[in-house]
Parts: sequence; structure tokens; C-alpha cells
Amino acid sequence: MSGSKERSIWVMQGNEACSVGAVAAGVNFFAGYPITPSSEIAEFMAKHLPLIGGRFIQMEDEIASMAAIIGASLAGARSMIATSGPGFSLMQENLGLACLAEIPCVIVNVQRAGPSTGLPTQPAQGDVMQARWGTHGDHAIIALAPATVLECIELTACCVSLSEQFRTPVVLLLDEVIGHMRESVEVPAQGAYRVHARPLPSDEQEDYQPFCGGCSGVPPMAHFGGPHRFHVTGLTHDERGFPTMVPEEVDKKIRGIVDKIELKADDLAMNEETMTDDCEVLLFSYGSSARVAKASVRTLRERGVKAGLLRVKTIWPFSGKRLRELAPQLRSIIVPEMNLGQLVTEVERAVAGAVPVRHFGRVDGHLFEPDQITDFVLEEIAS
Amino acid sequence: MSQAIERARTYLKPHKKLPTVWCAGCGLGVVMSSLTRVMSGMGLDKNKTATISGIGCTGRLPTYIDTNTLHTTHGRALGFATGVKLANPELTVVTAMGDGDSVAIGGNHFIHACRRNIDITAVVVNNQIYGMTGGQYSPTTPHGKRGTTAPYGNVEYEFDIVSLATGAGATFVARTSVYHVRELDKLLERAIRHRGFSVVEVVTNCYTSYGRLNKFSGPVDMFKWMKESAVTVKQAGEMSAEELEGKFIRGIHVERDQPEFIEVYDKLAEELAADSSAVNLKRRAMMESYRQLGDRLKAKIE
Repeated sequence: MSGSKERSIWVMQGNEACSVGAVAAGVNFFAGYPITPSSEIAEFMAKHLPLIGGRFIQMEDEIASMAAIIGASLAGARSMIATSGPGFSLMQENLGLACLAEIPCVIVNVQRAGPSTGLPTQPAQGDVMQARWGTHGDHAIIALAPATVLECIELTACCVSLSEQFRTPVVLLLDEVIGHMRESVEVPAQGAYRVHARPLPSDEQEDYQPFCGGCSGVPPMAHFGGPHRFHVTGLTHDERGFPTMVPEEVDKKIRGIVDKIELKADDLAMNEETMTDDCEVLLFSYGSSARVAKASVRTLRERGVKAGLLRVKTIWPFSGKRLRELAPQLRSIIVPEMNLGQLVTEVERAVAGAVPVRHFGRVDGHLFEPDQITDFVLEEIAS
Repeated sequence: MSQAIERARTYLKPHKKLPTVWCAGCGLGVVMSSLTRVMSGMGLDKNKTATISGIGCTGRLPTYIDTNTLHTTHGRALGFATGVKLANPELTVVTAMGDGDSVAIGGNHFIHACRRNIDITAVVVNNQIYGMTGGQYSPTTPHGKRGTTAPYGNVEYEFDIVSLATGAGATFVARTSVYHVRELDKLLERAIRHRGFSVVEVVTNCYTSYGRLNKFSGPVDMFKWMKESAVTVKQAGEMSAEELEGKFIRGIHVERDQPEFIEVYDKLAEELAADSSAVNLKRRAMMESYRQLGDRLKAKIE
């Protein structure tokens, strides 16, 4: 580490940076279960949380870990968990409870190649749809995907902030490449993000109602041990938290938890664009694949192809706004992902046939090479 | 006495309408009233108490109790309770789980909670069947007894919850039944006061789903069965294995001191704070620089 007052340069690993971002954003509770390639995050938290008045616990499995971070959040903590595919699968049931009961928490999924045990130390981007639809029933989710180590800090902090602001679980979709990569991190001197705290009811407020019941806003959240006591359930409930089967109340509740996030999709969209001003061939990607795509864009430009890159940091809720804006100038959209076609379906949905969309996938446990993407694009143009 | 009942009633939620979801003759009402009597008798601060459950008939119990209440997923009450307690150790945390909830789907969480010794009370209401789903056999359905998924008699052998909790290292383990109400009050209070993980198994009746399939004539008949099958820890000490066949042993089985998880954790944290070794100072400096890094990144808006 070296630094001055203006700038500060660090060298760190993605998983470490993710932990640093969490601590910077005020995470003071972590529960987890060991799993490659995410264990460095739990190790960091075990070492550092007792130094700052937080608490760490290693639970008996990911199901219990997910339960513990939700419980801790209800009692006022900022809580986080880190895992990989198999653990993420085990968390889905309780993740649904956090969605329905509107309890903030952050789930880091350092993606590895699946399905099942798959390739524990090899990267993939195969959990994109699981992050969206992994738990049963209609719900919304926020998921962010960093592509650099600096972004691991920023977006983890952002996940904490969004989870508090929207009272909802937020997923950080890392992949093994970014999680285990070390690179230098130049930290800007100015504030780059802000961390929201959950909306709190005032202590004096009478007849506190903890749940939204469809106002598509975010109701204030009291915590266990504070001046308001309340009921929380995984059953569909009314504003007060009691189970309901009244069709109008059920409808309001479910639309409420979806709308509070989906209606903000354009506001939540964070993108990085490379040479999109005049591009005719758009590469659309995220995470480590987008790093390779960026290199391809430069090569393609050298070869006279008007290529550009739209890299999304916000995976869910998916915003098609920028794609629709770019569509009139595009001849084709190419979507490199380390899976056999997940986020590409959203891209297709967004442009609705206005531009041909082609997927380019890799599922052999290795990251793309720049030439692969370049060659794919050149072949596409030729055909 | 009537004053005590009135006091206990104030521990029921004013917004939640009675009657309960439970069948007529169900023992769960006995457990709920005992718990409210104990909570009011102990003068527990409702805002500083959390009652947490999983799924099933017992899972509905917290809904009626006027503390902070959390009705979670099937088998996971103890995981949630662990998080609640760790985030705010000031809270008195009581979990209520059925037999399927605690030792089938939640069995792994149960044994690890026993081992960890976090200051949580687990009330395990054992009706020997999955009642809410209609009478499927559970891990405590006795061998040979019937359930809707054991139509010819249960092939499996049952768990003894007290032995399970004892073997897993719980520092307070007791058992009684809904017939032995005064003992239930006493044991629940003792368990809540115990510093560490405490388990109270409450044997109860499910006439609707268990009794009817197993030749009981009604809920009262099942209370008679509880009365006749219960022997005290002391009595059991003088009985042979044959004599204990088909009986359950009530009273306190384990009560011992062992440092509680959060106490140990916080003591370690205090020692770290006072530790001026080079290694620790370096660690703290690192942590401080991470915080500064965070502050640089973060605009000053909370």
C-alpha cells in the first residue's frame, strides 16, 4: 500500500476487496459456511469483525447461515454472507423469506462452474438466472456484477446500501476470475458512493406497520429490541405482518415487493460504455467476460470494425433502456457470457427483434480469450 | 390466580384474533398459555424478547404472543434465532418447534445449536406426528404406530429428543408433558433463566392426526396416556429397562454450567482490543486503513 492525500493505490484480491467494501459500508455481522472459491471472504470477516465490534459465526451449513444473517438483520445488524453455486442453491429458500418479509441482507456468490459440484476452482457465469429466479414464487431481486477489484469494493458497498434502502436481499455476482484476481486499486480521493441506512420509524410513532402491502415504496423498518415490536412471517401477510388470504391483500403484497424494485430498474442501472458513440456492432457483457470483450473491441476497431461495448454492473433488475436507445444505430448485438445463454434472453427481450442478437458462450471452466471473441464477431459480420 | 391469568393474557397480541388455528383438544394451547404465564411471571420486557418458530402447528405459536415474533421456514428457527441473538444479545430468545421441525428437517441445526451453547431456549413440542400436513409419521412416531404414510405401522425407530440434545452437548435438557402443567411452567422458566442453550421437550397430544389413527378414543384419552406413561427422573432411576418400556421420563435431565458462546466471543474481542503485540497492532492498523479507505470512497451521507 502506498498513498498520499490525493490518491491511494492498493494491491488486493477481489474477494479481499469485497470484504473491505463490506466493512467500509458498515457490515457488522457475517455468517457463512466454507466453500471454494469464496472462503477468503469468510476468513477475512472472522479475523476482522471482532476487531471492530462486529460478530462472525460459521454455521453448520448455508441454510443456517442464510437464516442467521436474516435474523441478525432483523435485530439491527448489517449482515452479509458469501458462498458459491452449491451454497447459493441451499440459500434459496430463506432468500425468498427475506424477499417477502422485506429484510435487508447481502449475499455474495463467487460463481464457479456448475451444475452440482461442477468445477470448484474454475470460473463461470452460470448463476445469473438462479440469482433472479432461484427462490420460488414471484419476487424481485437486485444483483450487481463487478469486473474489477476496485469495483468489488464499490459494488459490495453498493449492495449493502441498496439492501438497506430497499429492504431486500441483494446479490453480488462475482465470478472466480474476479474473486481470485489481484490487481492494483486506485482509490479516488472524493466520495464515489454513498451508503444508505434502512428507513427507520420514529420511536414515538404509534401503531407502527412494518410492511408495505403494495405502496411500491419502502416502509420504515423497526428492529427487534427497539421500541416497536412486531410480527414477521414467511406467510403472505398484511401491513401489520399477520398472515392473510384475502385476495386483494395478497395481490397488493406481492406486487408491492416486485414493484418497489422493478419500477426502479432504470434508476438502478449502472453501465460502463466503451466506444458506443458510433458503434454498429455492440458487445454486451458483464463481469470477467466484459474485461475480455473490452480488449476485443480495441482489436476490432484496429481492424476497421465499428465495435463498442456495453458492460452492465447492474444485472437485476434488468434495464433495457440503454439497449433500446442504441438499437437504431446497431447492425448486431453479440453477448459473450460464460454460460450457454442466460442474460442474452433479457437483451433479446429488450430490443424485441429490432436488432439481431447472437450469444457467444463458453462453459469449459475457462475465461474467454480476446481472439475468440474477436474471431466470433468477424465471422458474424461476414455471414 | 385470576390476576396471574390476567397478567399472562397481556402477553397475547391485542391485534391477533382468537381462536387459534389449532384443533379442539390440541395441547398447543396449554404450551402457549404456559409460556405466557412464565413470560409474565418473569416480567420479561416484551420489546426485549423474541419468540421464533419454524413451520407446522407449533410454528403458529409465536403469532399470538406479544413479543417480537418471527415465523420462519421449516426447520430453520434456530438459525434465525442464532442471528437475532448474536446481533442483539440483550434479547431473550425463545424458539418453539415441533418434532418434525426440530429433529427431522431441522435436525442438523438442532444438534449444532446444542453444541454451540448460545443462550437460546428451544421448546420442542412433540406430538409424534406431522399434524398440519395430515398425520404423516415423524422422527418421533414410535415404531409400530400408524401415520398416513405409515398405514401398516411405522417401520422406523424413533428419536429420543432428550438423549439427542444431551448427546449433542446441550447444557440444559428437560422434558415434561402438557398434562403436567405446573411442571411445564417451572421447567420453561428454569430453561429461560439458564445461561446457555436450553431444551425443553413437551410431550403433547395430536388427537386429530395421531390419536385417531392409533386407537385413542379422544383428546382426554390421550391426556390419560400422558399421565400414565410419565415417570420422573427419580422414579426412572429405580426402574428396569423392561419397566421403562413405553414410558417417558419427565423432569430435568441435564443442567450444567459451560461458558456461553457470546460471552466467550466477546471476551476474545476484549482481549484483542487490549492486545498490544506487534502482530495484533498490525492487524488493527490494517483494519483502520480499510476504514479510511471506505471513508475516502464514501460520500458523507448516511
